[in-house]
Amino acid sequence: MLPQGRNPVAIFKVIIMKKKPFIAAIVFIALLIPATITVSGVTLGSVAGSDDNIFSWIIWVISQLSSGMWASLALFALTLIFSMPLGLFVCFARRSRFKVVELVAKFYISVMRGTPLMLQLLVVYYAPYYLFKIPLASSYRFYAAIIGFSLNYAAYFAEIYRSGIEAVPKGHYEAAKVLGYSNSQTFMKIVFPQMVRHTLPPVTNEIITLVKDTSLAFAIAFLEMFTIAKQVSASESNIMPLFVAGAFYYLFNLIVSFVMGKIEKKMNYYTT
Amino acid sequence: MKLLEINNINKSFGDLEVLKDISLCVEEGEVVSIIGPSGSGKSTLLRCATLLEKMDKGSLIYCGESAASEVNGKSVYAPKDKIKEIQNYFGLVFQNFNLFPHYTVLKNVTDAPISVQKRNKEEVYAEARELLNRMAIGDKENYYPSQLSGGQQQRVAIARALAMNPKILFFDEPTSALDPELTQEILKVLRLLASEKMTMVIVTHEIDFARNVSDRVIFMDDGYIVEQGDPKEVIDNPKNDRVKAFLQKVQG
Repeated sequence: MLPQGRNPVAIFKVIIMKKKPFIAAIVFIALLIPATITVSGVTLGSVAGSDDNIFSWIIWVISQLSSGMWASLALFALTLIFSMPLGLFVCFARRSRFKVVELVAKFYISVMRGTPLMLQLLVVYYAPYYLFKIPLASSYRFYAAIIGFSLNYAAYFAEIYRSGIEAVPKGHYEAAKVLGYSNSQTFMKIVFPQMVRHTLPPVTNEIITLVKDTSLAFAIAFLEMFTIAKQVSASESNIMPLFVAGAFYYLFNLIVSFVMGKIEKKMNYYTT
Repeated sequence: MKLLEINNINKSFGDLEVLKDISLCVEEGEVVSIIGPSGSGKSTLLRCATLLEKMDKGSLIYCGESAASEVNGKSVYAPKDKIKEIQNYFGLVFQNFNLFPHYTVLKNVTDAPISVQKRNKEEVYAEARELLNRMAIGDKENYYPSQLSGGQQQRVAIARALAMNPKILFFDEPTSALDPELTQEILKVLRLLASEKMTMVIVTHEIDFARNVSDRVIFMDDGYIVEQGDPKEVIDNPKNDRVKAFLQKVQG
């Protein structure tokens, strides 16, 4: 049996293969929470009426929030799926030998980081109308939110990746060069695995921020959880629904930090 | 047979001229030590020879094949695939090892032969294990570099360079990051390689080692080769005043 090199891809494979029950449990719990709430909320909520007691009232609030919860989850997952690779692309551009490409990437990053995300969402949402006179469909809100978040987060990820790449000692590039590795081999085999490890803590930070930032989609009236919580709060003249929503962000972030902590531990098989 | 031929190299970093018209030939089986004060250009010479730096002037020839030739007073390098081929002729061992921290010892040694030279896996693993045994770290193949001492790491680095089957091996101050005890460990390995007639060029501050093991010593100062020849001759009876002064200082 030949020892396998332990690159991040291999590690994720190991996690998925060996920890199948564990992963399944996490996914199950993550999906179960909103699912049970949806079901129980709808049934209990309708049975209990509106305000018989505080318990059934909270259940009712949760049932109101549940559709928004799915929307927030989708927004979160899709933004991650798009922004993480896009960030790598922006990072390459930022480190490009070609001055023009580098400058464009620098400008992109500075605008994305330097202006409010809320404003960026508005720009993405209204641009088709103001630029091309395309009438605004309400279904576009979801896509606009994903595009806006992905573009913004890609800029942050790009800078995180860059710090991770630049933390790889110059000597490793030289060793790779003398050993005859091509540039792409050097990146894939030597730099990328080390970059992933260097960047896990700040990436976790970004992911946690993203969970909460999904609430900014209210700016384009996308019905995510916090938007709904505010509506319920207004109609009930009660601040509690906002706290219920807050509890969910917190719960979800607990899961995120737990999972990322596990991955980080897995990646700690070597020290530098 | 000449393995390495360097003719009239010049190299500047900005206004600072680091190498001034250096020429050097290395025969097969020869062990050449390069000594001299810091900043004399020893490492830069090695980095030019291993293509980590581009020289400004001069030519560089490995085994009769030209990696760079001088055209109109400027070095012109061979095309990429030719350079790739020539890179197989030499290996380099660094002062600070530069092992890949995310690879085990065995993976560090075997990855390049497998993924760069596309050699048979089983064959490479067998050869790598033999190399590690010769370096007396055969039991460490599944360790990560950070779990090893400096001397062990340097031995892995030497095994990694040897696994590529180079014709000539360069060492850039291989013991400078090590304490005296670990230094002896590495010098022992170098003696072993010398006894096996491995062609080596070693930049070193270990004067005794240079005197006893190498076939030729080169003394560099201020970008020039000031004196060279038989190690006992150069080290015991230096003709040049700068060599005398340097040796007096380092030998105390």
